[in-house]
Amino acid sequence: MSTSVTSTERLQRLLALVPYVVSRKVVGLAETAAAFGVSERELVDDLNLLWCVELRAPDPYCPIDLSYEGGEIVVSQAESIGRPLRLAVDEASALLVALRMLTEVPGLEDRSATSRLIAKLEAAAGEAAAVSAQVAVQVDMPDGGGAEGVAAQIGAALAAGRRVHLRYCGRGQDEATERDVDPMRILVVEGRPYLEGWCLRAEGVRLFRLDRVLALEVLDVPASAPAEAEHRDVDQGLFRPSDDDVRVELELSAHGRWVAEYYPCESVTDLEDGRLRAVLRTPDTGWVRRLALRLGEDGRVISPPSLAAEIRDAATAALANYAKLPAG
Amino acid sequence: MSKRKTERLLGLVVCLLSTRRYLTAEQIRTAVPGYPEPDDLFKRMFERDKEDLRELGVPLETGYNHPFDDDPGYRIRRQAYELPELRLEADEAAVLGLAARVWSRAQLEGAAAGAVLKLRASQASTDAGEARSDIEPRLGTPEPAFAPLWEAVRDRRPVTFSHRAAGRSEPQRRELEPWGVVNWHGRWYVAGWDRMREATRVFRLGRISGPVKFCGPPGSVIVPDKTDVRELVRDWDSAPAADRTAVLRVRSGTGFGVRRHALSVQADDRPGSEAGPGWDLVTTRFADVGAFADYAATFGPDVVVLDPPDLREAVIAKFKGVLA
Repeated sequence: MSTSVTSTERLQRLLALVPYVVSRKVVGLAETAAAFGVSERELVDDLNLLWCVELRAPDPYCPIDLSYEGGEIVVSQAESIGRPLRLAVDEASALLVALRMLTEVPGLEDRSATSRLIAKLEAAAGEAAAVSAQVAVQVDMPDGGGAEGVAAQIGAALAAGRRVHLRYCGRGQDEATERDVDPMRILVVEGRPYLEGWCLRAEGVRLFRLDRVLALEVLDVPASAPAEAEHRDVDQGLFRPSDDDVRVELELSAHGRWVAEYYPCESVTDLEDGRLRAVLRTPDTGWVRRLALRLGEDGRVISPPSLAAEIRDAATAALANYAKLPAG
Repeated sequence: MSKRKTERLLGLVVCLLSTRRYLTAEQIRTAVPGYPEPDDLFKRMFERDKEDLRELGVPLETGYNHPFDDDPGYRIRRQAYELPELRLEADEAAVLGLAARVWSRAQLEGAAAGAVLKLRASQASTDAGEARSDIEPRLGTPEPAFAPLWEAVRDRRPVTFSHRAAGRSEPQRRELEPWGVVNWHGRWYVAGWDRMREATRVFRLGRISGPVKFCGPPGSVIVPDKTDVRELVRDWDSAPAADRTAVLRVRSGTGFGVRRHALSVQADDRPGSEAGPGWDLVTTRFADVGAFADYAATFGPDVVVLDPPDLREAVIAKFKGVLA
């Protein structure tokens, strides 16, 4: 990673490194390398570079004096770069946008720390903070206070290490299920809050969208997710296809293109007239059947053939219902 | 990466921070080692160095010590350079760690990490704040249009791009003065003034195809006072009021989603009812025929629309479309 660092990126690091050491007075090499995400060797290179800086006017002098004997860094002369450079517009915006998003995240009980930090950053960033007002993030909280209440309960259950009981209606399911879950974390991905927890019914780690939780009760039972319960790697996407998944091929009209934006697809190919071919993988074809029914002529399941037949049967049965109705 | 360039830039920063007077290019060349001998090479390199420093956010000032000086000089005022003192409490430092992770693998990841480094460099006690692990927020930017549009918003520059509106088969050229970008329901949108339509418009970034190009200098976009970009996007996407009533026949034990928001549910025992037992009559509100027909159709043969007729026809058309 650090081999591809540009000269200006390295300069940025050096300008942060000096004040980092100055504000700590003495700090270990290993600890500092970890904080800056570099190897100790790279850090020593940085320190040597700083130490070697020389200015020639009026008389030659070395503005920075430091040592790292015995693995302890000390900066004895930092000249004019003892304080970090101000936050750039991108930097201030990245943090402020993220922090304002956090103030909307349900279950984050400590909003006051977030608000205080926002105020301090705005003051410190000055003008650089202004642009961040032009970027906004909305965290979905459907059904008004309902999900907020659920989130608060989950937050409390997490804090107290308690098991919860859920009434839950999953995607593409036409029923509510009752489950006991040992909460692990709250995730917010693509603007939606989820509970990640060990589901005792499924005996596995499951994600529950908060707006699909119909009711929640914090139980008087300690949560005890087993050791094999592993966090989802949210950076890999929440729903990873597995080898057991069914491969579904859809053909979409121009009006049905939104499907490819909405659901993670394995591949999307443009066809004529704005049509699309989309391939996705799913462990559960129930929601695809429902999707195809609502798409009507704007989407067709090409494969698997059994699913295509199932969808046609459903449409035929539905039309038969209407044929039986008295006219008008 | 060139070590010599890093050394030279660092020398330049220290040199310009240490002076109260403006230093001319010639004086800088004498003071900072690493510049080449030939004048034209020096000039070019010095120009690039100034640009690099400004891009990092170093407030490089240009001015004259005396009104009759021939050449401009340069300096960096310490007060403009230095991050002001800010003291973070332990809980604030923990939130900072959380905020830094929000952009993981996304466009502003590097910027967030840079900001956190500066804040940690500013104050030793930030070490104490271990980021909390009970919550994991993420903000993705998979849309390729995010990076150029963020720059355009930041630098107040107009842009052109081609955008495929919902349901259209051909993308259309747009020229936009962007006022802001908004993440709404997990997707990014840009709001601004559409120069060709002469109206306020909102575009979904995922529907922008091809490159986004700047079509004006920085600073040339003026965001009107009191513009709330989030509100613009919300209004653009808001659902109309549910002011119509539908009567549905729903098979017992199914149609959970319909029942959940129903006004009333009763057993369908009307005389002459074909289906007879095993069905319920569900009354519910809806806003838009198209959208509610989409929803009702997802239940297939388990939900039958009795009323109103336009909704019933729309659902029947869906099923006919499936079989077409």
